Amino acid sequence: MTGERVDQIFIIAKQWLLSLLPNAPDWVIQIASSLINISAVLGVFMGLFALISVLERKILGRIQNRYGPNRVGPFGLFQPVADGIKLLIKEDIVPLRADKVVHFIAPIMMAATAILALGVIPYGRNMTPFSIDGGILFFFAVGSTTELAVFMAGWGSNNKFSMLGAMRAIAQMVSYELPLLITVLPVIMIVGSLSADAIVAAQGGYVLGGIVPRWFVFTPWGAAAFILFFISGLVESNRTPFDMPEGESEIVAGHMTEYSGFKYAIFFLAEYFGMFAVSGLAVTLFLGGWHAPIHLLEIIPSYVWFFAKLAVLLFVFIWIRGTLPRMRVDHVMSFAWKFMLPMAFTCIIAAAVWHYQSHGVAGWLWSLAVIASVYFGLSWLVDTKKKFAPRTYRFAE
Amino acid sequence: MTPTLTLFLIISAALFSIGLLAALSRRHAIFILIGIEMMLAAANLNFIAFWRFAPQPQAPTGVMVAIFSIAIAAAEAAIGLALVISVYRHYRTTNVEKLDQLKG
Amino acid sequence: MSTAAFIVIAILMLAGALAAATLSKLIHAALCLVIAFIGIAALFFLLGAEFVGLVQIFVYVGAVAVLIVFTILLTRHAEEPTSGFNWSGVLVAVAVFAGLIWVILQTPSLSAPAPVIEALTVKRIGEVLMTDYIWPLQCVGLLLTAALVGGLILVMEEKR
Repeated sequence: MTGERVDQIFIIAKQWLLSLLPNAPDWVIQIASSLINISAVLGVFMGLFALISVLERKILGRIQNRYGPNRVGPFGLFQPVADGIKLLIKEDIVPLRADKVVHFIAPIMMAATAILALGVIPYGRNMTPFSIDGGILFFFAVGSTTELAVFMAGWGSNNKFSMLGAMRAIAQMVSYELPLLITVLPVIMIVGSLSADAIVAAQGGYVLGGIVPRWFVFTPWGAAAFILFFISGLVESNRTPFDMPEGESEIVAGHMTEYSGFKYAIFFLAEYFGMFAVSGLAVTLFLGGWHAPIHLLEIIPSYVWFFAKLAVLLFVFIWIRGTLPRMRVDHVMSFAWKFMLPMAFTCIIAAAVWHYQSHGVAGWLWSLAVIASVYFGLSWLVDTKKKFAPRTYRFAE
Repeated sequence: MTPTLTLFLIISAALFSIGLLAALSRRHAIFILIGIEMMLAAANLNFIAFWRFAPQPQAPTGVMVAIFSIAIAAAEAAIGLALVISVYRHYRTTNVEKLDQLKG
Repeated sequence: MSTAAFIVIAILMLAGALAAATLSKLIHAALCLVIAFIGIAALFFLLGAEFVGLVQIFVYVGAVAVLIVFTILLTRHAEEPTSGFNWSGVLVAVAVFAGLIWVILQTPSLSAPAPVIEALTVKRIGEVLMTDYIWPLQCVGLLLTAALVGGLILVMEEKR
């Protein structure tokens, strides 16, 4: 019983807060409940943002064989506070020829969409802030608005580097939105629902004597879809190795070139929130949401599991950033259309094969065979022809 | 007072008229497309409103028509904008009143 | 359905639409159009058609608006069309609006209250789409493919 109490502690706390408003009309309760949810999500993710921004620099430092920030506070943990104060007291510069209104609205819209997308993810048992029937569709509907915000930032700045960065960002976001969406489809097909809660519920339970959970990542189609989803998520959140939109060596800082002070900080925050949202959705769709990996470990509260999985994915994001160099624009685009998209469609077929073999070992092997054959066929088609082509040199004129 | 069907229809009529205004009175091809999109959206609003206020809303006919209409509007926008771009490449203008080569 | 929310959304939506139709700067008009589309999606939510509202945002804000701003970007070197209005168009629009309002207000059967219904789930929409509406669905798929190919051919580089 106490375990259940601990699991539901935030729900109980919310109900206690709402009981402080006795005999209030319904709409007051509704608004108060929404406000509590919003402030909880914002508070948790602001804290996580501060923590991750310093941890990222520490981990990058470790990867590059140096200390990260270690001056402010114990182990440099108060570094985000110092950064925040620095950004707040900086002068806010708006270019003279800029489209002032658009320039002003762009960071707001960017952050708003990132925060909205966080709302539909189930953080624990009964802990979905905004639980609607079409939750996954909501996530993508809101996420697709980011492109417009990037465009507004690029256009409003009236700077060629901003515009180039925005064009690159939109081109790659549009291209990778397709694989991102299509890799979600097999999960929705198998579960038969667009609601995030139903998807997590479908991944509950264990096989092989309570050791192996029923997460979708342990099926061949799920594993392939998860990898494709993660790569697309890297692109959507403009992280290395796909951060050409803000490639410092070519186009200064892309669509953020003309932003300074707090507006720049908001872009930074939106980028991290986007990363949290994509990782959170990956956890929900493929890694079993808030379910524990082993039956015995279910005594640990559900939200701990969610955030542990989220932390692992965020670490992988940072790890990739510290390891891989930036890709070239045309390589990124051709990779999206020639490899990611066909593989994403293959995941749908593999999931259907798995489903009609009644989720057993035979289905597991058959769907593995489908994915492997398409993977090797694609690699042969896309790669070997190029490998032996004569190298062409082009020089700047 | 809760909003009635009449209110929804008035809103959608206003949106339709604004779309008509954009399509008829602007000379820029993109504005005409924007106007057409607005008129289609007004029609969708009518479909959904009639579905919601129908005596038997169990059959989601209005919703279905709205979904198909959105898909068709997306195709229309893509083709329309592609036409604008190819016209611009030919004549270096997007002003529809200058596209009068066929005028006798 | 709360009236306050309805009024706020309707005013915002119509203001966005009016701005989109009358502003002289194209990019501002396109962004105001986005406000109008989001307003329509909110009205769909208010009417209980969540799925259509989400699709509306997804298709219009995520795809159509981005297409429009891209087209504006690619054609921005065209000489600015004279910003003057074609006033006969305004006249026609006002006349159509007056006519529509007159017809709506003349119809007595519109004031019936909304019946209480169970929420329309995505699952139900999917079932209906895959059974009763399977032929329209196939046709839309064909249409979208044709639009994809047609759009590509239209904007292809011309060989001189």
